[in-house]
Amino acid sequence: MSNQSYDPRVNRLKLGNADDPIKVEEGENWNVYEVFHQEKRGAHHEHVGCVHAPDPQLALVFAKEQFGRRKKCVNLWVVRSADILAFDLEDEDMFANNLEKTYRDASGFKVMDKINKFKGEAVKPPKA
Amino acid sequence: MYGGGYIFDEPNKKQLREEQQHDDPEKLAIFEARISKGEKIEPGDWMPAEYRRQLTRLIEQHAHSEIIGALPEGTWITRAPGFKRKLALIAKVQDEIGHGQLLYNAAETLGKSREAMINDLLSGKSKYSNVFNYPAKTWADVTVIGFLIDAAAIVNQVANAKGSYGPYCRALERICYEESFHLKQGHDALIALATGTPMQKDMLQDALNRWWQPIMHFFGPPDKVSQHSEKLMQWRVKMASNDEMRNQFLDTYVPKLWELGLTLPDPLLHKNTETGRWEYTDPDWDLFFKVINGGGPCNQERLQVRRWAEEEGRWVRKALMNPKERRALPVA
Repeated sequence: MSNQSYDPRVNRLKLGNADDPIKVEEGENWNVYEVFHQEKRGAHHEHVGCVHAPDPQLALVFAKEQFGRRKKCVNLWVVRSADILAFDLEDEDMFANNLEKTYRDASGFKVMDKINKFKGEAVKPPKA
Repeated sequence: MYGGGYIFDEPNKKQLREEQQHDDPEKLAIFEARISKGEKIEPGDWMPAEYRRQLTRLIEQHAHSEIIGALPEGTWITRAPGFKRKLALIAKVQDEIGHGQLLYNAAETLGKSREAMINDLLSGKSKYSNVFNYPAKTWADVTVIGFLIDAAAIVNQVANAKGSYGPYCRALERICYEESFHLKQGHDALIALATGTPMQKDMLQDALNRWWQPIMHFFGPPDKVSQHSEKLMQWRVKMASNDEMRNQFLDTYVPKLWELGLTLPDPLLHKNTETGRWEYTDPDWDLFFKVINGGGPCNQERLQVRRWAEEEGRWVRKALMNPKERRALPVA
């Protein structure tokens, strides 16, 4: 390199010629693992992102560096991205009427109306 | 740090393939309606070819900027003044590399492999933020980078975090959270010099004078000459114009420099009290394009160091490789 770098470490390296072609081969950066983070005991593990790693053990190590270096964390899971099975986003409409199913929801049952009506009638003096 | 407002596009665009030019109008309408309702697009969704191409370009260049941006600062870890500054700088540089990883993952969900992105960086085909083609000569440069370049990047990233592509937004949310520490430690280190000895003040003023033009370049060319913005704004890929972001940056940070008794090397720089906009001398845009295309003081060194790291790290990656692993893209 003709120019001296301001970085003393760079000057100590034997840097190759910038015009020499170098090609990173497909797959050289390993495989993808999804990472799940548990913030405290008792909480769910939540998906936070992914890491590239050659095997699950190293994926955990990288996940700790990437997603566990700040804030609270008590545990991490990793799982191969290829092993995640998901619905197609196109099939989103199968959940569309979830909010219409009031019979699956506590708010769908209006018991107080009936109780109040019953009580209103009950306090009337019984006919002699 | 570090996504600039400017997204480099190859000047001689190849002719798009037939199916890329003509997106299915019905699907396009559903896609655009989804975005206008403020919904996010996810990796498995149908998207126009041009949306995919532009987003890949944007996120990839952002990722490269994080990785290359760590180089001028990494230089100073061994020479940081004092233990506290050294710890903070190591933490910051590690964050930047982590941000690069998050962003590469987000870009990969669009279908381009990480290896292809690294190859495009090394061959010079894909770019990174132009500011990193300048050297960090003194410790004062590190404080200017840590405060002002990070501040500029935050302006851009906070805007982009409200964009339409789910994986990019999620990555940016985490990045913005971590950047708040970068900005604060940069401000703290800059104040230490600004309120220090006359020699420290001079060193800081000198660094500021040298960095001002690259900082003005950071958000890219003025709106009047910037191309392909309208569709990207409608698709919520680009969230604010270059000039809007530059103005927002000046409005927040110029007063924070002036209050420390520092000056900026532009006699025209002032806020127009009637319009509320900042006015300034137009930076040299020819220089900007010259530096982007390889003519800056550090372009060669940055890529050489990056290439060296790839070559020297290769045996480690190969030694750990398990050939039976099935390959996949990130899920989300």
